[in-house]
Amino acid sequence: MPREDILHRTRTALGRAVGDPPAPAPPPRLNIPDMDLEQRIASLFANIEKLAGKTCRAASPAEACAYIAALIGDHSSAASNAPFLRECGITDLPSVRANFASVEELRAFCAEAEFGITSADYALADTGSLVLFSSQEEARMISLLPPVHIAVVPRERILTGLDELLTGTPLPAERSSSMLFITGPSRTADIEQILVRGVHGPGEIHVIVV
Amino acid sequence: MPRASIFVTCIVDQLFPKVGLAMLEVLERIGWQVDFPEKQTCCGQPAFNTGFRDEARTVARHFLDVFRDAEYIVVPSGSCTTMIAHHYAELFADEPEWLALSHRLEPRIWEFSKFLLEVARVEDVGARFERVVTFHDSCHGLRGLGIKDGPRRLLSHVRGLSLREMDAAEECCGFGGTFSVKFPEISGGMARTKIDSIMRSGADLVVGVDASCLLQIQGALSRAGLAIGTMHLAEVLAHR
Amino acid sequence: MTGAQEQKIRQTLDDPKLQLAIYSATGRLMSHRKAVVAPEVLPDYQELRTQANLVKRHAIENLDYYLEQFESQVVARGGKVIWARDAAEVAAFLLDLARQKGARLVVKSKSMTTEEVDLNERLEREGVAPVETDLGEYIVQIAHERPYHLVAPALHKTRFDVADLFSRELGIPRETEIEKQTKIARSVLRQKFLAADIGVSGANFLVADSGAVVIVTNEGNGRMTTTLPQVHVAIAGIEKVIPRAQDLAVFLKLLGRSATGQPLTVYTSFLAGARRAGEIDGPQEFYVVLLDNGRTRLLADREKRQSLYCIRCGACLNHCPVYRKVGGHSYPGVYGGPIGSILTPQYSGVLHDPWLPFASSLCGACADVCPVKIEIPKLLLALRSEVNQAQAAAGANRLERFGFRAWAWAMRHPRIYEMMGFMGSALFGDREKWIRRVPRLFQYGPLAGWLSQRDLPPLPDRSFRQLWRARRKAAKN
Repeated sequence: MPREDILHRTRTALGRAVGDPPAPAPPPRLNIPDMDLEQRIASLFANIEKLAGKTCRAASPAEACAYIAALIGDHSSAASNAPFLRECGITDLPSVRANFASVEELRAFCAEAEFGITSADYALADTGSLVLFSSQEEARMISLLPPVHIAVVPRERILTGLDELLTGTPLPAERSSSMLFITGPSRTADIEQILVRGVHGPGEIHVIVV
Repeated sequence: MPRASIFVTCIVDQLFPKVGLAMLEVLERIGWQVDFPEKQTCCGQPAFNTGFRDEARTVARHFLDVFRDAEYIVVPSGSCTTMIAHHYAELFADEPEWLALSHRLEPRIWEFSKFLLEVARVEDVGARFERVVTFHDSCHGLRGLGIKDGPRRLLSHVRGLSLREMDAAEECCGFGGTFSVKFPEISGGMARTKIDSIMRSGADLVVGVDASCLLQIQGALSRAGLAIGTMHLAEVLAHR
Repeated sequence: MTGAQEQKIRQTLDDPKLQLAIYSATGRLMSHRKAVVAPEVLPDYQELRTQANLVKRHAIENLDYYLEQFESQVVARGGKVIWARDAAEVAAFLLDLARQKGARLVVKSKSMTTEEVDLNERLEREGVAPVETDLGEYIVQIAHERPYHLVAPALHKTRFDVADLFSRELGIPRETEIEKQTKIARSVLRQKFLAADIGVSGANFLVADSGAVVIVTNEGNGRMTTTLPQVHVAIAGIEKVIPRAQDLAVFLKLLGRSATGQPLTVYTSFLAGARRAGEIDGPQEFYVVLLDNGRTRLLADREKRQSLYCIRCGACLNHCPVYRKVGGHSYPGVYGGPIGSILTPQYSGVLHDPWLPFASSLCGACADVCPVKIEIPKLLLALRSEVNQAQAAAGANRLERFGFRAWAWAMRHPRIYEMMGFMGSALFGDREKWIRRVPRLFQYGPLAGWLSQRDLPPLPDRSFRQLWRARRKAAKN
C-alpha cells in the first residue's frame, strides 16, 4: 500500500525504526523587536504605502466610517460580519450589504461588488500585512472577489511582525481552517518582469487604523 | 630573514612564467627569502573537478610530498589554494596519514594577496604603475577565501594606478577548468558577457588573482579584437 | 548530450532577444533580492539561513515522524491525506475524485510538483480540463511549453509573444500592452474560478504540527483556487514538511526575499482542513497528496539528501551564469538551473544525462544565495565522480579516463611533466603571435574547443622553472 511503502522507504533511507522518536528539534527562532504603538503604526503604514496600498489614520470609529463613505459613494460594497465594522457604523452605510442569508448569495454579491470591507484580526508592521482568520465574522471571499479591499483595524491589533504573531498564536490551525496574510494589492510581473497590479485579487487596498 | 615556498601552479609555470617571476620579486622586495621546490607540478584540481578522484589523489599526494616541510606555501591562484585547503581533506578522508598531512598544511597554504596582507602584513609594496585598471573577482578566491577587499587595498597603494570597478566584477568569467572545453559555447558566452562589463568600466587593463581566469578573459578579449590587456596582481605589484 | 539538447542550447545562445530577456529578467530578480537581504535591511539574514538549514536538516532526517504527525493533524481537522508513490498514483486519485464529484473543470494554482508528474496531460487524456491560473503558467500552458523558471514560468516570452499567443488561442484581436494582456487573462480566468468544481494547488510548506499547507502567491489565483471551489486538493513532495508553524517565521522571511525580493508575497495562505462549523466560506473537502516519486531514494544518500531542503525560491537560477546563458528549456527534466542539475541526475540516474553535472563552472554563486544553504557545488562534484564511476563500470568514456590517468602519472613525475610542457611549446613555434587556429593535429580535442571561442596567448620561451634555474645559476656566478 502506498502509505506503508513510502513510510517504510523513508525509514529505511534514514536508518530509523517504526516508533523511533525524533531527534530533539532545534528550537524555533522567534525574535520580537521592541517597538511601541506609534512606531508600529508608522512602520505598518510605510510598508503598505511602499506597495501602493493606501493608508488612513482615523481618530475615531466615526472618522473611519466617514473615510469609507466618501470612498465608496454609492457603489455596491460587501461587508463582513466583524463586530468592529458594526461599531464603526460601516454596516449602516446605504451602499453596504452585510448579513447574507447564504454562501451562494454572498458569492453572487461579491462577484459583482466594487468594494469588499473587512476588519482584520491583526496587522504586521514590518511587512505591512493584514492577518485574517476565516470565521463566522470574516468570510474569505469578501477580501478576494471585489476589485477594492478596505480593511478597518483597531490599533491594538498591530503587531511588530510574524515572530510576534507566531509567539502569541503558535498553533493557528486551532483557531481556523484558514489564516491569510494580505500584503498589498494583488500583482504580477510574469510578462517581461513588468509590474501590473490587480490580477485576480483586489488591485487596490485601503487600510484604516482606528 | 623569513622564508616562504612558492607553488607557482602548472598554468603559471607553463603559460605565464612572468607571474611567477613577479611574485618572486615582490616577496623578495618586502624582505622574504623565497624557495621554489623544483619537483612541484600540479595540485590535482583538473582531475578533481572533472570527477576523477583517484587521479586527483595521485597528484595531490605528490603535492603533499613536495611541500611537506614548507612553513609557508604562497600560491598565485585562488582556485588552486581552495583545492588544497578545502578539498584535500575530502579526498583523503579515508587515508589517515595523508589526511593528517593535509590538515598540517592547510593553515600554511596562502593565496598571494592574502599572504601579503595577513602574513607579511604589508599593504604598500612600493609599486608604481600608471594605468586605468579594473578588477575581476575570481570565484574560488571570492567565495572560497573571501578575497574581495584585499587586492583592492593592495592596488590602492600603487602609485599612479586608477581603479574602475566593473558592474559584473563578481560574475564568473566562464573558465571553470574543463568546463571551458567541454561546453565551449556556454563558456565563450560567459566570457563575452564579462568583457562587455569590462568595456563598460572604461579600463584598459583587467587585473585578477587567478591566471586561469586571466587566460579565459585575455583569450576572449583577443578574439574580440579589443585593445584591453590582462595582468596578474603580482605583475602589477612588481612594477616600480 | 543528445542532438536535440545541443541544438536547444545553441539556439538559445544564438538568439540575442532571448539572451536579453533571460539576462535582464534574472538580473532584475537578483537586484530585488539583494536590496532586501542587505545587512541594513535584514541584519540577521545569515542567521536565518543557518536556522533554516538546521530546521530542514532536522525535518528531513526525521521525515517519517513528521509525515505521520502531519497526517494525523490533517485527519483531526477533517481532511484526508493521500500517499502517492508516483505520477500515476497522483493522477489516478485526482481522476477518481473528479469522477466521484462529476467534476469537469479543475483550476490549478502554480505547482512545479504537478509539472513533475505531468498532471495536466494525464487529466486531459481522461477528459478532465485543468486550467492553469497563474499568469505565467497560463501562458506556457496555452503555448504548450514547459515552465522556463521556477518562479517566473514565462520569463522567456515577450509581450509580442504573448500577444500572438492570446490572439491565436483565445481568438481575440492582438493586444500588445502588458496591462491589457493581464486584464484579458484576469477576465478569462475569473469565470473559471467561479465555475470550477475542484481547486488543485501545490504547497510551499507542509506544517506537521498543524496539518496545514502554506501557499504563497502574488496574483490571488492561489486564494481563488483554494477558496471558491468545493474541493481543495494540495499536492506536495514529502520533503516540503517543516515541523512547526513557528518555523514559518524563518522560512517565510527567506522565501519571498530570495525569490523575488519581496519581504512577503501578497498572499500567504495557511490552510488547515476544510471549512469548519461557523466558518462562512471555503472548500468543504480538503485533501493533501503526499508525493514520493523518487524522493525516498534521494533520502538514502547522506551527502546528497540536502538536495531535498530546497524551498523552490529560484535564487540559484537567477544567479547562475550558466542558466543566464542557456535558459530554462536547456535543462532536461522539470527543474532547471543549479538545483535541477543536482536533482535530475539523482531522480533519473546519473547516466541519463551524464553531461548535466559538468555543465557548471563551479563558481559557487548558487550556494551563496541558497536560503537553506544547500552545498550545490559540492554535490555537483560528487555527481561528477559518480558519473565517471558509472561510465567506468559501463565501459564508456574510456578515452577521457585514460587521458586523465596518463596526465596524473605525468604529474607525479616532474621530469615527464617538464618534457610535456617542452613538447607542447615546441609545437607552437611562433612566440610572438596569438594562437587563433587549431593545428590540423588537434582538430578533435580540448584545444579545438578552446579555440572555437577564444584565442591563446603566445607560448613563452621558457617555463618558470627554467627561468628559476637560470636565475639561480646567475646568482651563483
